[in-house]
Amino acid sequence: MSTAPLLDVRDLEQRYTLPRESVFRPPGQVRALNGVSVQVRAGKSLGIVGESGSGKSTFARVVMALERPTAGQVALLGRDLNRLPADELRRARRDFQMVFQDPYGSLDPRQTIARIVAEPLTVLEGADRTTFRDRVAAVLRQVGLRDADMEKYPHEFSGGQRQRIAIARALITQPKLIVADEPVSALDVSVQAQVLNLMQDLQEQFGLSYILISHDLAVVDYLCDEVAVMYLGRIVEQGRPEDLFERCAHPYTRALLEAVPRARAGGGRRRRGAQAIASHSAVTTGCPYASRCPLGDQHCREVPPELRKVGEGHLAACHKAEAVMALPQAAMEG
Amino acid sequence: MAECSNMPLIVVDNLGVRLNTSRGPAQAVRGVSFALTRGETLGLVGESGCGKSVTALSLMGLLPDSAVVTGSVKLDGDELVGLADSDYCRLRGNRISMIFQEPMTALNPMHTIGNQVAEPLRRHKSYSAAQARREAIALLDRVGLPDPARRVDAYPHQFSGGQRQRVTIAMALACEPDLLIADEPTTALDVTIQGQILDLIADLVEERGMSMILISHDLGVIAENVQRMMVMYGGTVVESGPTDEVFRRMGHPYTQGLFRARPKLGARKGTRLRTISGTVPELADLPSGCTFSDRCPLVIDQCRAALPPMVDVGPGHFARCIRTDVSMAERVGALTA
Repeated sequence: MSTAPLLDVRDLEQRYTLPRESVFRPPGQVRALNGVSVQVRAGKSLGIVGESGSGKSTFARVVMALERPTAGQVALLGRDLNRLPADELRRARRDFQMVFQDPYGSLDPRQTIARIVAEPLTVLEGADRTTFRDRVAAVLRQVGLRDADMEKYPHEFSGGQRQRIAIARALITQPKLIVADEPVSALDVSVQAQVLNLMQDLQEQFGLSYILISHDLAVVDYLCDEVAVMYLGRIVEQGRPEDLFERCAHPYTRALLEAVPRARAGGGRRRRGAQAIASHSAVTTGCPYASRCPLGDQHCREVPPELRKVGEGHLAACHKAEAVMALPQAAMEG
Repeated sequence: MAECSNMPLIVVDNLGVRLNTSRGPAQAVRGVSFALTRGETLGLVGESGCGKSVTALSLMGLLPDSAVVTGSVKLDGDELVGLADSDYCRLRGNRISMIFQEPMTALNPMHTIGNQVAEPLRRHKSYSAAQARREAIALLDRVGLPDPARRVDAYPHQFSGGQRQRVTIAMALACEPDLLIADEPTTALDVTIQGQILDLIADLVEERGMSMILISHDLGVIAENVQRMMVMYGGTVVESGPTDEVFRRMGHPYTQGLFRARPKLGARKGTRLRTISGTVPELADLPSGCTFSDRCPLVIDQCRAALPPMVDVGPGHFARCIRTDVSMAERVGALTA
């Protein structure tokens, strides 16, 4: 970490208040983010994995400054996004853009591709729209579409092409960071591969950083330099993909890895133990994963584990990280 | 039922479905044939628009009225194609049932889950309300819903996605069907929940001696959950065979392409995914001849002349390709056996 990171997130907390159920009791709270700290360096990518409800999408929304966090700070290029005046924040958005999951819902069906892709520029620069045409054409070519596509409407494109349009819209401001929330999960397998390859090419070409949010471990493994595993609003393990996937140190990461179906002959059923469903609102004293963890004991239920170093650039929040790392690891696919 | 255990339960012969789409009539399914005996499991794999869901819906008799179905579907020897709607109503949810992809929309938000699970029992088995309720609680318990006696009167929005999928499974199983069709039952769920749901379905299929058709776009889910599989593309079956056999040695360039295009765990950053060029064609404008010819790396002129026949490429293993000599020389799939 010799140079300053592109994105510096410190102790991020986000709480949502639930509807009040009784006039005599304070309303309940959901702790969607519970002290998340990460850094992303320029040109590098961070993957965030976890189940639904783990806080991945809340994290994305807070990093994109679409929501104000309850506590903590998000600094991009040294500027705290939550302290910027609205006007400056809008201009700062040039540096960070987002690609959403659903390419059908994220493009306005009544606008032409040219307008959709140029929209960030019209907001930022307010110049005459005709001057943007060259830039729109250039960015469409970069994502593998044609100039002629500018006059078309979203319904004329397939899912994969729409996701390319969404990426073009994010790229046109020449951002330094793109936050992509499940960018390929709505796409067919053959098209998913095309979009992932495109994202990798664009990163090499422009030195972009990605924050890639996905439930698919293989997608994150393919595109990211570092991976953070989230569970109930906390990072429970973080490190390079090879560390996480070959020497995982948290039982939750292990459970996620084991649950991935493997495409190979003689697969057969691998039985998995039933797991209790965890709750957000309950405030537990110990490790939040203890109730689901096969290794959990009294100590785990009483003392919350700190995120600590278990290897070079490899962090895990588990009292028994060493024991987990010593277990035989789940087999990889070829 | 024991005396007919070696007879196929369902025989599908040369099934064809023509749908009226906004772009004109489209042949969504062409020449699909298979047979399934009791207790057998079959997987259907393919991308969106390949015809796998339309095949399933035609077995359920749930296609729109404008659809034209040709060929034959026989359940225990009785023809289902052209069956009157009132007769189909006696089969659906009784002898054939289906689990849908979206547990959020497959349940009616206005009715308690108990009533929804009890509905097929009251309808098909004429159970009394009290009897059906008791049975519904037992079913909800069997599918692993915690505290079913108390939660039977809860509404769908009070459950998580995985729990809702358990409720739809309980509904599908209520009348102990002979054939269960599961259309992407876990696509909307997390991986850990996906594992639990697939385990549950596998247990129930075994326990009740049902046949199952599992539809998925995920080769991993298919590899782990069914005995036989069919790969569909552009409305036709392009490869079929025992699951192990297909994964050991894939015959069709499309199956191989799907397999190679998956991002794999443990493949390092910087390795490129091998894509299939182009996009999934619209059913209304499929190429003539082999449906995959426009995207196939091995295409020759002959491929575009006529739809290739199914070629025998191994024990019980067929591929609809005239170039299997070239495609199978690469032994795709073998390395991960």
